[in-house]
Amino acid sequence: MLWVDKYRPKSLDKVVVHEDIAQNLKKLVTEQDCPHLLFYGPSGSGKKTLIVALLKQIYGASAEKVKVENRAWKIDAGSRTLDLELTILSSTNHVELTPSDAGFQDRYIVQEIIKEMAKNRPIDTKGKKGYKVLVLNEVDKLSREAQHSLRRTMEKYSSSCRLILCCNSSSKVTEAIKSRCLNVRINAPSKEEIVKVLEFIAKKESLQLPQGFAARIAEKSNRSLRRAILSLETCRVQNYPFTDNQVISPMDWEEYVAEIATDMMREQSPKSLFQVRGKVYELLVNCIPPEVIMKRLLHELLKKLDSELKLEVCHWAAYYEHRMRLGQKAIFHIEAFVAKFMSIYKNFLISTFG
Amino acid sequence: MAPVLQSSQPWVEKYRPKQVKDVAHQEEVVRVLTNTLETANCPHMLFYGPPGTGKTTTALAIAHQLFGPELYKSRVLELNASDDRGINVVRTKIKDFAAVAVGSNNRQGGYPCPSFKIIILDEADSMTEDAQNALRRTMETYSKVTRFFFICNYISRIIEPLASRCAKFRFKPLSEEVMTNRILHICNEEGLNLGGEALSTLSSISQGDLRRAITYLQSAARLFGSTITSTDLLDVSGVVPLEVVKRLFTACKSGDFDIANKEVDDIVAEGYPASQIINQLFDIVVEAGDDITDKQKAQICKCLAETDKRLVDGADEYLQLLDVASNTIRALSEMAQDF
Repeated sequence: MLWVDKYRPKSLDKVVVHEDIAQNLKKLVTEQDCPHLLFYGPSGSGKKTLIVALLKQIYGASAEKVKVENRAWKIDAGSRTLDLELTILSSTNHVELTPSDAGFQDRYIVQEIIKEMAKNRPIDTKGKKGYKVLVLNEVDKLSREAQHSLRRTMEKYSSSCRLILCCNSSSKVTEAIKSRCLNVRINAPSKEEIVKVLEFIAKKESLQLPQGFAARIAEKSNRSLRRAILSLETCRVQNYPFTDNQVISPMDWEEYVAEIATDMMREQSPKSLFQVRGKVYELLVNCIPPEVIMKRLLHELLKKLDSELKLEVCHWAAYYEHRMRLGQKAIFHIEAFVAKFMSIYKNFLISTFG
Repeated sequence: MAPVLQSSQPWVEKYRPKQVKDVAHQEEVVRVLTNTLETANCPHMLFYGPPGTGKTTTALAIAHQLFGPELYKSRVLELNASDDRGINVVRTKIKDFAAVAVGSNNRQGGYPCPSFKIIILDEADSMTEDAQNALRRTMETYSKVTRFFFICNYISRIIEPLASRCAKFRFKPLSEEVMTNRILHICNEEGLNLGGEALSTLSSISQGDLRRAITYLQSAARLFGSTITSTDLLDVSGVVPLEVVKRLFTACKSGDFDIANKEVDDIVAEGYPASQIINQLFDIVVEAGDDITDKQKAQICKCLAETDKRLVDGADEYLQLLDVASNTIRALSEMAQDF
């Protein structure tokens, strides 16, 4: 088992990083009825961990027995019938799914599954937890229509079903939904907290951590705990016992992007553009999301540029990333950015060095 | 004494005014509608105004007061954006309902029960233009037996022919005083302890939107128990602490891109929503003193507007914030604006 899963806190009491939030959540579900919840925060900050722990707090051990299934729906939408298929995770008391996988038909899924859950109310002998929980991932990627239809559905079926929504950025969730949920912001753990967790894991695995090694991993992790733990494990596999100056290898795609950035700085010509295009394709084929490539590329470029160019380059990065979101083929927009950068940089070189 | 917080009903619903005369701060509307109750006659109505000012409440209250619980189901049709409201629905459901004739004007159980039905179209500004066009004729043909109540935030999204058929009422944002009264009333009922500072924080973060204020209050009460401080309220409201936004602005003022970049990194890692940052940055820029010229302010605002649109389109928060920072730096250090 990966350490990330092995040392994931299993209950709200054991949560280390967001202790105060965990305590508040615990109070929330033990004392009284649980409202709808919206968790938001950057990736690797522990949203999912908190949700799983919260479910366990509500339903006890049964929440951990999760089964994965591929379900098909037949939905009657006015004049035509839609066939949809989606992977869902479910236990006896909760269902978890990522509605945005259904693309533009996500609204039907959301309505259908909530109605279905509302119909089969759980029978609880104590009569206390008379509701099920629906966990929706990536609500920020839900279409506008789906979000609109969610708001009435949330209210209508609130007696038998609670929603836990989870997303990276709450700007893309409509105000109407936000105002119906209790918003919980999960911030990325600070470097000190990451170090603490890494040291804890090292102790449990009885590893010897050299002075400052954990701090270096934390530094490289971009404040993502998941990444920090993964790279600790990678380092362990590569070389143990740890040496003081052991290299913490970056992800290979990051190196690749850095390579692209170097190419772009070295030569600005159609030929070089063509080469870069090949490399970007390579990344896309390997399922690196285009916006991640764009961000990383900008990051690499900013490291090398003069400060007067930085302003301009980041303006264009934002511009092309927006266009990429509106368009269909990501490669066009990344390439456009690359070409734009090359022209800016070449102009700059000519005007400074003649 | 521990407060009773068992009920799962949102307080927004629990404390919704049941009668027209209880609706706060909207005197004209209330006057016209009280008149309606006496004469049992009314025109088509169009309520517009910012969220949380009582539009839906008023419409529901008048419907209830006109018909009473018995007839309500058969006389009132309530449609909002969650229901399917394409042109098909207008052609079938609304038209069918509108066409039904109703009995004569006889009072039942103390309610006026006028001889017409009411169709409430909530969030009418999200109806398509086609659907609105299809309504025009329906409204006139069945005007003897049906009254339409449109409710919307932006009157500009209602097509002119519809708007001209209705009596228009603008709902204004609630004044601080009215809001405070209402909040204190709820606090009393729920046994909450809310200090003066927290109260003013609440009314400033909710900006005249009573529904939002009540929701924040309930969330805070659920999380932190019966004594609520202003930091608790800021916590649940998702408002970014002022220092964070100020730090970003100061970083931009310094003209050093790397400092600004670091601030943006921190903001994204802390998980603050970019849209909120932009809103608050806007406030800071507009209220900034004389050290920023009007032209600079205008330039920054232009870029904020652009960014807001891009965020709605789903662009990446980090890149957009960085763009805002870079534009602000350029505006403040008076560099050329266009690339």
